[in-house]
Amino acid sequence: MDNLIIQFSRYAILFLMAIYTMQSFLVFAKREEDDREFLFLRQDLMMFMIHFIAFIVLFLETRDREILFFYGAQFIFLAAALVFYRNLYPRASRLIVNHMCMLICIGFIMVTRLSLTTDRISAYRHFQITAAATAAALVVPVIIRKVRVITKWTWFYAAVGIGLLGLVAVAAPDSYGAKLSLTVAGVAVQPSEFVKILFVFCIAGMLGRAKSFRDIVTATAVAAVHVLILVLSTDLGGALIFFITYLIMLYVATRNALYLFAGFGSGAAAATAAYFLFSHVRVRVQIWQDPFADYAASGYQVAQSMFAMAAGGWFGTGLMQGTPEHIPIVEQDFMFAAITEELGSAFAICLILICMSCYIMFVNIAMRLSNRFYRLVALGLGTMYGVQVFLTIGGAMKFIPMTGVTLPLVSYGGSSMLSTVLMFAIIQGLYILREDEEEQIERNRERELAERRFF
Amino acid sequence: MRGTGKGNLQREDSSRRKIDVPAFFSEREAPPQYAPVQPPPQKKPSSGRQRNKVYGRVAYLFSALFLSLVGYLVYFNVNLSEQMRANPNNHKMEEQKQYVVRGTIYSADGEVLAGTDIDENGSESRVYPYGSMFAHVVGYTTNGKAGVEAAYNTDLLTSSTSIVDQVEKGVKNEKVRGNSLILTLDAQLQQAAYEAMGQYRGAVVVMEPSTGRILAMVSKPDFDPNLMEQNWDYLISEEAGSPLLNRAAQGLYPPGSTFKILTALAFIRQNPDYASYRYDCTGYISREDVTIQCYDGEAHGTQSLQESFQHSCNTSFANIGLGLDLDAFADLCGDFLFNRELPTLLPYNSSQFKLNGHSSYGDVMTTSIGQGDTLVTPLHMALITNAVANGGVMMRPYLVERVENVEGVEVRETKPSQYKRVMTAEESRVLTGYMQSVVEGGTAAALWNGSYSVAGKTGSAEYEVNTGAGDEKAVSTHSWFVGFSNVESPDITVSVIAEDGGTGSSAAVPVAKAVFDAYYAGRVPEW
Repeated sequence: MDNLIIQFSRYAILFLMAIYTMQSFLVFAKREEDDREFLFLRQDLMMFMIHFIAFIVLFLETRDREILFFYGAQFIFLAAALVFYRNLYPRASRLIVNHMCMLICIGFIMVTRLSLTTDRISAYRHFQITAAATAAALVVPVIIRKVRVITKWTWFYAAVGIGLLGLVAVAAPDSYGAKLSLTVAGVAVQPSEFVKILFVFCIAGMLGRAKSFRDIVTATAVAAVHVLILVLSTDLGGALIFFITYLIMLYVATRNALYLFAGFGSGAAAATAAYFLFSHVRVRVQIWQDPFADYAASGYQVAQSMFAMAAGGWFGTGLMQGTPEHIPIVEQDFMFAAITEELGSAFAICLILICMSCYIMFVNIAMRLSNRFYRLVALGLGTMYGVQVFLTIGGAMKFIPMTGVTLPLVSYGGSSMLSTVLMFAIIQGLYILREDEEEQIERNRERELAERRFF
Repeated sequence: MRGTGKGNLQREDSSRRKIDVPAFFSEREAPPQYAPVQPPPQKKPSSGRQRNKVYGRVAYLFSALFLSLVGYLVYFNVNLSEQMRANPNNHKMEEQKQYVVRGTIYSADGEVLAGTDIDENGSESRVYPYGSMFAHVVGYTTNGKAGVEAAYNTDLLTSSTSIVDQVEKGVKNEKVRGNSLILTLDAQLQQAAYEAMGQYRGAVVVMEPSTGRILAMVSKPDFDPNLMEQNWDYLISEEAGSPLLNRAAQGLYPPGSTFKILTALAFIRQNPDYASYRYDCTGYISREDVTIQCYDGEAHGTQSLQESFQHSCNTSFANIGLGLDLDAFADLCGDFLFNRELPTLLPYNSSQFKLNGHSSYGDVMTTSIGQGDTLVTPLHMALITNAVANGGVMMRPYLVERVENVEGVEVRETKPSQYKRVMTAEESRVLTGYMQSVVEGGTAAALWNGSYSVAGKTGSAEYEVNTGAGDEKAVSTHSWFVGFSNVESPDITVSVIAEDGGTGSSAAVPVAKAVFDAYYAGRVPEW
């Protein structure tokens, strides 16, 4: 009987997810504010239903009360996040808030499910850090609004960012062939996640004020230092994310496509050089070409990821019915494969579309801001997010070589979670700022209209 | 896009008017419409529009990236997932065993090739009624998995019975029955091929030219899949001679003279006046320090291309090779899937062909007659021959005709599909004529008979074997035959190799004859 419920649950989850995703795009067609509001509420309902069904399955499979505890805590968290955003920041983009909660919800489900095959500490940790990060992020829009000097600390951002990355390159121990994290007071911190934000602020400051070619050279040099340190730490995914984000910011700031092409050209040349210089780059490419050539060792992870995706098919095996735990580091770099296995490729496609919708909204916000610095910040942070999603999903599917980055908001990992939630909050803050500006303009206009009428 | 001024005046809570439509997706551009009333400060309208264009491009670029991920995921499901599920390293389906009884495998004529017996205690055992006859192609499930059992593991452990049945079994906590496979294999042909091989090591592949259905696949030496655990230590020991290897798809052999089909095709393509080719065979040909001989040093005299093919004249083909554009020859072999992947789910080895523009004369001459570094599997030779029989179109080979649920309702059917056209219809007609002459008065004359016509090519592939004493080596000969029957409207393609069987006519041709005879027993060729 349980098996039956589990089998049907996957179709229900997919159905709800598909509707949620469709609504994320349909909302653009709705002109009436009330219609939109109604649609956003329905999206939240879909999310809660997915969460509920998923936890029924987890409970039936384990008959463990702890699962109910997780469910309750996560439900309260998600509801609180929605309520707080709604009331503290009525002007925040509802679609982005919904997406953020949906992605976190999927992460909760998968991290809890995967924690059942090992110990449950990871599920606790993940919940704690997510709750803490979201709470901390709630003050970010206020800071953005009040502390206008953040636009001016360009070199400070550069110094801190390069310093932190340098420290990691020198002091961090090797993990899976890359130097990523430092241990501070017993907690592993991945500084590059936070440097992402500093980097975008720094580059936005430099490019925002750039008046001559020389300023562009300076900005490029600063960006290059970041990227080179990451390459030396063999954090290839990180290096790629910083590099592409810089190119996109440069392109948007200068509106000169030549920079973009030159950048990608030199990037391709550098990648080719890296292929011949560094054996770990070659290994990644060889795995990408044929994970079965060295199945037992280097190819194992990607091969297991392929098996997981194949086992899932379009509709997935159903939660707890697959074996995503066979993929090494599944909770971080290969979360997408685990989702595809148990919830299915159709669900995974919806997930990709939600991430795409996030990115489109970020660019949209960037485009509507009037301040050059804020515009570049919004675009830069959004691009950090977009590139990371592309790298991790593409890598898990063997569409591109694996670079070892997490799926933002979904994967397990405190630093990644905190920095992504902060990024989302900063962009929201900028959006609210713009709404304020617009309201100011509108008020002026209303006053003027009123005066006209008066005369 | 924005509401009119009047509308906004009526609204009490202006914070509720939030517009989330990305500006670059809407028909109208973003420039603010309140400009007439009060031009916004520090904004130049033209630059705003240009600016938005750049943002729009970035959004489109990234949308394309995200959609490429979606596209690849679809591609993965359509084209790669089956292959991944069939991968022998994949153990994902093991979990399903607790819910599903492994399905039955049937031959095309309804014989059970593999089934699951359940005793009164509920313990299951996999039974192979034909023992070793289908061992390699059907495979096994103990001590690892192989053959169809491995490649279609997912289907066998998936149950597509009706919802009612699933619900009923689900409620009673009973196992459901996995799906059955109906193979393309014909038990009678398989038996004929298996028995004709006798004590020879080697392989037989039988295909249907117009569809690519594999009708028989035999590999020797064999093993009994019912006794895997008991015999395992012996099966993997050196003295057993690799009985677990499916020589039909994984055995790499020098093709010998059967390769002259491709050498002849390369010559025909590169020389439009190929019909006027003449060569005076004196029994041997030398270039630099390499000498190629005809079989037994026989001098064939003046030979046309067709006669060279019919008599399998080595010196003439070595001469042809020396005149070929070798890069074009290598491209042709690539088109015929040498050094490439074969379109099959069974584990196989890729055939190899190593000539290029820089090869030595010796390599060119030996390769042109099917020796040298060239290696090929019997399955691959069957695909090539099948393409000749099928008017130049290579068919995708397949083993599973249908997947059915336990009640016999079809779940999925394999449709014959063309892999690609590898030669023109005219080229296939010429090669067919040459191959027919081999049977009518050449090395496969034993196949000449009154009831069905055959076109084919024999091969005697020499290879070196260690005699055990030091570095001494002796030369031994593999016996090949490839061909098809009922030339006007081909019925079956046969590819045979008998290891150490001597010339093609001595061992492989009789095996092929047994297969053809079995096929036409009680059947009249139609055309």
